[in-house]
Amino acid sequence: MAITLKVNGRTHTLDLDPATPLLYALSDDLQLNGPKFGCGLGQCGACTVIVKGQAVRSCVTTVKSAEGSDITTLEGLGTPEKPHPIQQAFVDERAAQCGFCLNGVIMTAKAFLDKNPKATEAEIQQAMSGVLCRCFTHVRMLRAIQMYGKAVAR
Amino acid sequence: MNPSRRSFLKTSGALIVGFSAGSLTVARAQGPLQGSPAMNQLDSWIAIAADGSITAYSGKEELGQGISTAQAQLVAEELSVPFNRVKLIYCDTALTPDQAHTSGSQSHPTNFNSGNLAQAGATARELLFRMASERLGVPADRLTASDGVITNGSKSVTYGQLVQGKKFNLALDPQAKRKPASTWTVLGKPIARPDLPDLVTGKFEFVHNVRLPGMLHGRVVRPPLVGATVGSVDESSVAGMPDLQKVVVKKNFVGVVAEKPWQAIQAAGKLKVTWNPGPPLPDQATIHDTLRKQPARDTLMVDSGDVDSKLSGAAVVKATYLHPYQMHGSMGSSCAVADVQGEKATIYSATQAVWYQKNTSAMILGLKPENIRVIFRRGSGCYGVNGADTVTYDAAILSQAVGKPVRVQLTRKDEMAFENYGPAYAIDQRASLDPSGNITTWDHESWSPGLGNRPGTNRPGNIITGSLLGFPPADFAPRSPAPPPGAFNNNSNAVPSYFAAGTGTVRSGRVLTHAVESRFWTGPLRSPARLQNTFAHESFMDELAARVKADPVEFRLRHIRDTRLKEVLQAAAKTANWETRPSPKAGNRKTGTMSGRGAACVLYEGDNGYTALVAEIEVNQDTGKIVVKRMVASSDVGPISNPDGLRNQVEGGALQGLSRCLGEEVTWDNEKITSVDWRTYHSLPLGFEVPKIEAVLINRTEGEAMGAGETSITLVAAAIGNAIFDATGARIRQVPFTAERIKAALAARA
Repeated sequence: MAITLKVNGRTHTLDLDPATPLLYALSDDLQLNGPKFGCGLGQCGACTVIVKGQAVRSCVTTVKSAEGSDITTLEGLGTPEKPHPIQQAFVDERAAQCGFCLNGVIMTAKAFLDKNPKATEAEIQQAMSGVLCRCFTHVRMLRAIQMYGKAVAR
Repeated sequence: MNPSRRSFLKTSGALIVGFSAGSLTVARAQGPLQGSPAMNQLDSWIAIAADGSITAYSGKEELGQGISTAQAQLVAEELSVPFNRVKLIYCDTALTPDQAHTSGSQSHPTNFNSGNLAQAGATARELLFRMASERLGVPADRLTASDGVITNGSKSVTYGQLVQGKKFNLALDPQAKRKPASTWTVLGKPIARPDLPDLVTGKFEFVHNVRLPGMLHGRVVRPPLVGATVGSVDESSVAGMPDLQKVVVKKNFVGVVAEKPWQAIQAAGKLKVTWNPGPPLPDQATIHDTLRKQPARDTLMVDSGDVDSKLSGAAVVKATYLHPYQMHGSMGSSCAVADVQGEKATIYSATQAVWYQKNTSAMILGLKPENIRVIFRRGSGCYGVNGADTVTYDAAILSQAVGKPVRVQLTRKDEMAFENYGPAYAIDQRASLDPSGNITTWDHESWSPGLGNRPGTNRPGNIITGSLLGFPPADFAPRSPAPPPGAFNNNSNAVPSYFAAGTGTVRSGRVLTHAVESRFWTGPLRSPARLQNTFAHESFMDELAARVKADPVEFRLRHIRDTRLKEVLQAAAKTANWETRPSPKAGNRKTGTMSGRGAACVLYEGDNGYTALVAEIEVNQDTGKIVVKRMVASSDVGPISNPDGLRNQVEGGALQGLSRCLGEEVTWDNEKITSVDWRTYHSLPLGFEVPKIEAVLINRTEGEAMGAGETSITLVAAAIGNAIFDATGARIRQVPFTAERIKAALAARA
């Protein structure tokens, strides 16, 4: 059936099974590289997108339930030439190894800090408790997140 | 340093994979595969276009450690151009030399010393100076190069003008001189990785994002139980499913192909397959005892011949250390895209060995290797042989069945249930001490299971898909007793650092390993065998120090001969403000939360990276929970190519080691693997109390470049276990250090 998705400010009408996980519409139909399949179970964060200001796991969200909402993916934040401040913070802190988890880390941290600009270190830790990085670039990523947090709090 | 092994590694290309030293190891024994650009020709490594742009070709790929940045720095340095003037192309069988696997911390030893890419850079520079000298009529020693221009101050010529886009047609010159590290201006600098802006904005293309015109989506149906075989496949169960293109059954391989991923997933879920179960699995609770009873292939690494006589009648310190099977557990499940058209195939893969993937894909497809091109695309960090090779076979077989490009990504469960795990270990240690507190003899014996490995040049059956297609894994040949030890080689760190044969002083010792068969697939997992062995050695060293009431660092130092190993340990201890005293810490109570510190050190692989680690922790003795407050990791890997990249590896290795030490363990019941997602396999998330990590980098500008990807991780379990002992007096000898195991160790302490 026809499903209308608003992604990064553009509207797309796609012919999809309404039960299709949003991730497949984004990565296959719309050919976006940001959201990634990590586990398909909502356990790792790799597929995270932002819907209505909330970090949402697109691998366990159906396209039907996402219809009509403004969906932002990693690509919607900024570009290599003009990165969003949180993306710039990750570049500045050189916070990556393989880079596969970055989507989940950045999108989860952004959604949380935008809503909770005065979050403490412990609260940030709690917000990131369902996000994995298997290269364990934690130290640099947490520094980048805190750098962005300080910018938001200002 | 073992010069013979090092030069052997430098000069030869390919790897032979097999059982050795009670663990899965790789040793180079043959040249590059047929069709590879010649290793000794400059044109295989470097091209200079008419506009002066420089392209370098490497057989060592970027897996996430930053090695592509370091390789571009290396070429830029040797050719005296800025970093961004070098374009690096790596691991494409149509373009780049066969440098076997990108693995085993070998990219630095292989490409940054006196062979291969480094020698190509030096050869090219000297050639350009000779050409410029001739062109300008100025002696070469009066010329300097900068930014692609060679000049004597008045006359100058560019690289582009000299080479004019032509081939060099020149062999690598073994006499060409590398630039001394003390003069480097590009190499050795903390240049940022150029892939970062694309990575953080979603522009970067992983293998998961390869999209070919007309590409279909495949899904495999793996056996539900370990060792199960296909009874029957009922294709009518998926008849009429929308967009389903084909059901593919080949021996025990089952898969489906559909237009879109969601349709493929649904069809794979609905396809009715009856499976014949395999034999029951051994009980997980007693697996380490089971290993000891199995037929074994025995190897003596070292035997001074006097161990039994020296230990009999002496006061012997004994301990047994246990390590679980652990998995690579890549963040993204593995993915590949294959386009098999008749006799030809193009394959996009995150394999660690494009040339071997080409050869073994040819075997499973029944095609000629020369008709297959394998192109590396980065996958999710692999840390060894994850699902990247097996999913490449999956995509190739499914593509061949439909004659169209097919993308396959594994499910989380299929990734975790069938990857080649880092093997379990049981290790017995025995030692005696003299009245002055020095080790007189040390006896080490280990048991470890193996099945399969990397596919190498000709063993597709070493991984699940090849096996399902009917190819056998590498043979297992029991052998007992072990033949006498061969030439000393500590590639798997089976020999403690303190043995005189390696970096230490202890002359009486024996190291006997037993390789046995595994029911699960096994293969190299970051610091393979080295991590498990070092956990046992460095924990036991601490037990010996405690027995003679010596400070653990001082006790190590007095048993080490190698000055670099001493210095790397002293550097970590100094930065950590190590307090010289025996463990456990005097005055610590046996209740409540107590703090402690532990140390460990090793020369990785006996010749590939000096490292030491000091961990500071707190143990809650009521809950068994530990919090790591600080880790100081020192590193001496020769001349540093990129200090930021090295620091990133040291930090990441320390934390990955912590996750493996505290929670990671493959689990199973009597018929199947049960650790199949992130609820059942425990990886420390971003949101845990991350310790402060300090990397202490020793830059040896005169030494040879060594690997750094597997150093800090090797020491973590021992340093943490030693810190637990320091804090509480309880010794924990089984990884992972779960709260239950810590509580049991606390209850058992004297």
